[in-house]
Amino acid sequence: MKISQLTLVQLLESLVGPGLFLSAGPFIFQIRTKVPQIAEGLRLLYGDFRIASCQDFADFHIRFEERRSWRRGFRPYASVEVDGDRPSGPVPLEQVYAVFEGCLNWCIFTQAYQYLIIHAAAIERGGRAALLPAPPGSGKSTLCAALVNRGWRLLTDELTLIATDSRTIVPLARPVSLKNESIDVIKNFAPKAVFGPVSPNTIKGTIAHMRPPAESVARLDEYCPIAWMILPTFRSGATVSVGEISKGEAFMRVAESAVNYMALGELGFELVSTLIDEVSCYRFEYSDLNGAVRWFDDLVFGDKSIVAQPSESD
Amino acid sequence: MLKRALIAPDRLDALQLHEWDRLLPEARAAGLLARIDVLLNERGMFDGIPDPVKPHLIAARRIADNERCAIRWEVNRIAHALVGVDTPVVLLKGAAYILCGLPNARGRISSDVDILVPKASIEQVEKRLLDHGWQHIKLDEYDQYFYRQWSHELPPLQHRDRGTVVDVHHTILPPIGRLHPDPEKLLEASVPLKGTKFNVLAPPDMVLHSAAHAFQDGDLTRGLRDLVDIDDLLRHLGEKKIFWDELVARAEELDLCRPLYYALRYSQFYLETPIAQNILEVSKAWRPARTVSFVMDATVDNVITAGPWRKDLCLKLSQELLYIRAHWLRMPPYLLIPHLIRKALRKPHDGA
Repeated sequence: MKISQLTLVQLLESLVGPGLFLSAGPFIFQIRTKVPQIAEGLRLLYGDFRIASCQDFADFHIRFEERRSWRRGFRPYASVEVDGDRPSGPVPLEQVYAVFEGCLNWCIFTQAYQYLIIHAAAIERGGRAALLPAPPGSGKSTLCAALVNRGWRLLTDELTLIATDSRTIVPLARPVSLKNESIDVIKNFAPKAVFGPVSPNTIKGTIAHMRPPAESVARLDEYCPIAWMILPTFRSGATVSVGEISKGEAFMRVAESAVNYMALGELGFELVSTLIDEVSCYRFEYSDLNGAVRWFDDLVFGDKSIVAQPSESD
Repeated sequence: MLKRALIAPDRLDALQLHEWDRLLPEARAAGLLARIDVLLNERGMFDGIPDPVKPHLIAARRIADNERCAIRWEVNRIAHALVGVDTPVVLLKGAAYILCGLPNARGRISSDVDILVPKASIEQVEKRLLDHGWQHIKLDEYDQYFYRQWSHELPPLQHRDRGTVVDVHHTILPPIGRLHPDPEKLLEASVPLKGTKFNVLAPPDMVLHSAAHAFQDGDLTRGLRDLVDIDDLLRHLGEKKIFWDELVARAEELDLCRPLYYALRYSQFYLETPIAQNILEVSKAWRPARTVSFVMDATVDNVITAGPWRKDLCLKLSQELLYIRAHWLRMPPYLLIPHLIRKALRKPHDGA
């Protein structure tokens, strides 16, 4: 059963009662809360996600509660609890949705060491994935949001999970997190895109999440091999420009972006080096999203040597 | 739930999925998830557990394996930094268990290294570590002062690249506290660790340190894990009959009878550690007054059996009592009261 099949009342009842057992890729999150922003976000963004059929077990148990305390002048705030632990201090209610998404990420990157976890977005087309590891501010999520609105499948926006045996990406397809100007950029680029609650004044500025395409969510069970590793940089006014990067540099970039590269030790090294051997690695600079999407489409459908003939931006 | 799993690991494969749903977070919060994985694998039962549980244990195993590897490397780096320093250096706790291959190294998570050196050499050791990339963790002036003036260890040293922490001790309990184990005696009895420049504590001292750490210096925030350490050591070292007599004699010699009493009592009560009746009888002479004993049993029980979900007032009170107790034992009242007031005033900022 999908979350969109619940009425609003049913959704609220499960959140307040036994919890909503959200099945997101390989994980089941039990979510319990009375905070309306979170219910609203789940309804807007997670409609296509399944509710776990077996409710005996959840990988992570998450609880957000609204509280007031004299210490904070009786202003309401939310407390966060994961498996009985408190990973964060009190959260202002206006930011609670962004913190909720961050909390799901936190569960994954602190615990899910069965995977190699890379701080990267990943998208797929024609059965092959492009991995976009990049530091915050490089326009990775914006690019990812643009591509998934033009036919690419969303594998993941924030954390890429790689199965340690098959080196394929295990999709999460959770909502794409956009910041500040990027929110309007994507709203203009894809007017039909649906957004969740807006969280202003966070450390990273204003954050809003874009609903993942239904097809990406429907195909969560399809793991995907990686064909390209692309390091995106957004530079205002730049035309699309592409360069090949050496395997050595690519290795270092992936290792740096991996949350648990060090912790996996020898396995991590084997995994990243084999992975880098198997994929083509590019540096990619852009400012215009249409031009960027065209280049990515050429990557899949074009037969020309992309590096030798950088495509023109509009 | 977790307690039962630790006592009767043979029955782990009979657990239903909804029981694992409770056990996993409890074990994780207690720092014992990798331990559960070890217990399963030792019995060849891993394949029999429900599939959704497996990734959690594999992940915990990877984390623990990495920490063990990191500690070995850290010990190697400390040896490198101390080349030519002519002083005994004793590895304590985790690092010692791992390098000695003791059973409680299995699935143990903690990447800090603790070492004990003679007080006379502590400055030299600190200087060497500072020269080799370790730095003082940024503490405020008061904390720095507090460590140097009153504590049994230097302010923690963290390596600037690896982020790992070394605690350098000159004795195992604060010198201004209630009990005064003589560090000279610990150093003297320590045993060289083959193939390294380090020593480890003699077997009875290892148990006594573990007991002192849990029941004299600590507030049992990870009480069950402390007990698992003690239980493992007692089971392993206690195979030799002579160990027990040494342990009793040594507790008296080192002024650590009370912590050993608690360690034996709770380890046997919660983890069913096999301890001979005559040893238990002897240890009864070390128990506190009846009221103290009663309160201690009740608070320890609250903290040990709580699990991560309990947040009631009774548990909070127990935790608070154990926290105050740990401080009470650590320093005399004329120091304790101003210290606690300072900490209490600072709390709201830390929590924000």
